[in-house]
Amino acid sequence: MSHSVLPMTVNRGGDVAVAAAALTVRLGRQPVLHALDFALPAGQITGLLGPSGSGKTTLMRTIVGAQRISAGTLTVLGRPAGTPSLRREVGYVTQSPSVYPDLTVEANVRYFGAMHQKGKADVAEAIAAVGLGPVGRRKAADLSGGQLNRVSLACALVAHPRLLVLDEPTVGLDPVLRADLWDRFRAMAKAGTTLLVSSHVMEEASRCDTLLLLREGRLLAQLTPAELSECGHSSNLEQAFLSIIREQEASDGGSPPKEAVTGSGDSGVTGQHRSVR
Amino acid sequence: MDVRMMLATARRVLSQLRHDRRSIALILVVPALLLTAVYFLYENETLPPGMPRTFDRVGLMMLAIFPFVVMFLVTSITMLRERTSGTLERLLTTPVHKADLLFGYGVAFSLMAALQSMVATAVAYWVFGLDIAGAPGYVVLIAVINAILGVALGLFCSAFARTEFQAVQFMPVVVVPQILLCGLFVARDRMNGFLEAISNVLPLTFSVDALQEIAAHAEATARLWQDAGVMAAISLGVLVLAALTLRRRTA
Repeated sequence: MSHSVLPMTVNRGGDVAVAAAALTVRLGRQPVLHALDFALPAGQITGLLGPSGSGKTTLMRTIVGAQRISAGTLTVLGRPAGTPSLRREVGYVTQSPSVYPDLTVEANVRYFGAMHQKGKADVAEAIAAVGLGPVGRRKAADLSGGQLNRVSLACALVAHPRLLVLDEPTVGLDPVLRADLWDRFRAMAKAGTTLLVSSHVMEEASRCDTLLLLREGRLLAQLTPAELSECGHSSNLEQAFLSIIREQEASDGGSPPKEAVTGSGDSGVTGQHRSVR
Repeated sequence: MDVRMMLATARRVLSQLRHDRRSIALILVVPALLLTAVYFLYENETLPPGMPRTFDRVGLMMLAIFPFVVMFLVTSITMLRERTSGTLERLLTTPVHKADLLFGYGVAFSLMAALQSMVATAVAYWVFGLDIAGAPGYVVLIAVINAILGVALGLFCSAFARTEFQAVQFMPVVVVPQILLCGLFVARDRMNGFLEAISNVLPLTFSVDALQEIAAHAEATARLWQDAGVMAAISLGVLVLAALTLRRRTA
């Protein structure tokens, strides 16, 4: 505990949308998430960062209720993850676009909207929000990869979720679209939506309010982008993240840490500081 | 269970199919072509007086077997795609009830099956003069129940396939034994006891029995309704089993 001390600061005094306490998930017998403690502030964008294979997707699937919890607790919008009523309020966009390629853009969004009793106006709004209005009547299969990603996003937006979980939503998008989408996410957060966005593009981290740094299923830190560059001694967030990982590897001799996060055992988050070995 | 979500699902499945014109054509035309083949296969048979044509027996049974086979294949592939593309997992994170999904599939493909069997039955009656005592409406009814059975089995079997290739391999396992033992090739009372016992519990057996009732009687008999009821019950049971294979949360 004498080495690097990373802050685990989060929203100072705000509401919590998702709270995890000692959250552990195993896939089969393989532990994938190790006793995570974190809280996602409501109405903010939280970035979930980490190398591929670090457990980002598993964590997201657990939050949306698609993955069973092995130990610990996970509270989503005040209810245990997986509670049926949450399905009305949580939106999930998977990493690979999960839409029907043989349907038009409109038909895809209309169908997912129907699952939430949303009508024509919501469908048109969701399609416009991702900039696909001009191709609304085209079959999804005929669209480019980036457009397909946005169809998938529109299928989640149409439900107006209170919590939106996005797994690498900007992969394959050109810089202009990427900026557009992040502006969209920001506007949604301003309107009260809580967003959890995974990415391995570190430049996107600066767009988030808070960051969860995940590595090998352990939480390295929860901090703001500013704190990340401070702790990683670099204004380049990618450099900062790398140096935090290297620091950590050096401190535990290259082997995966036994316990990444220590500190106060409660899951309350306001103003709390935690250290990372 | 929410009827709107079920209808939305049925509508979605149908519009997926609508974009696939070639499949629609195959579904509607192939049974009629195969019936034509069966007709000409037995064209030159010599019959003792009073003996019904083989076409009247075999052609009639084929009217019930087509929708079963076709809908089994179409459903198991469509559902497998849904499982592997991630759309199923995504759907199960929405408020949709599993029953809405499964019955949505059932409604959509039964509509297709009804169309299919109407075309095939019309060809059998008007082109080849299918000669049976009962009304063609009952034949279509049994064909549609068979289609629902095919849909239910297809939904269920798709859970055990990882790829479309595997899904197709379930046809010899699930469908072919039923066709062999349903009474089409050998009358069931002339099978050996073991095969007859298996035949007695296979769903397709009941539809062939029902069709024989339709062929022999001008009016619907109690046995026809009993057969139809058993098939509907089996279909429902398999749909429930299929629902159990849809997991909202993976372990």
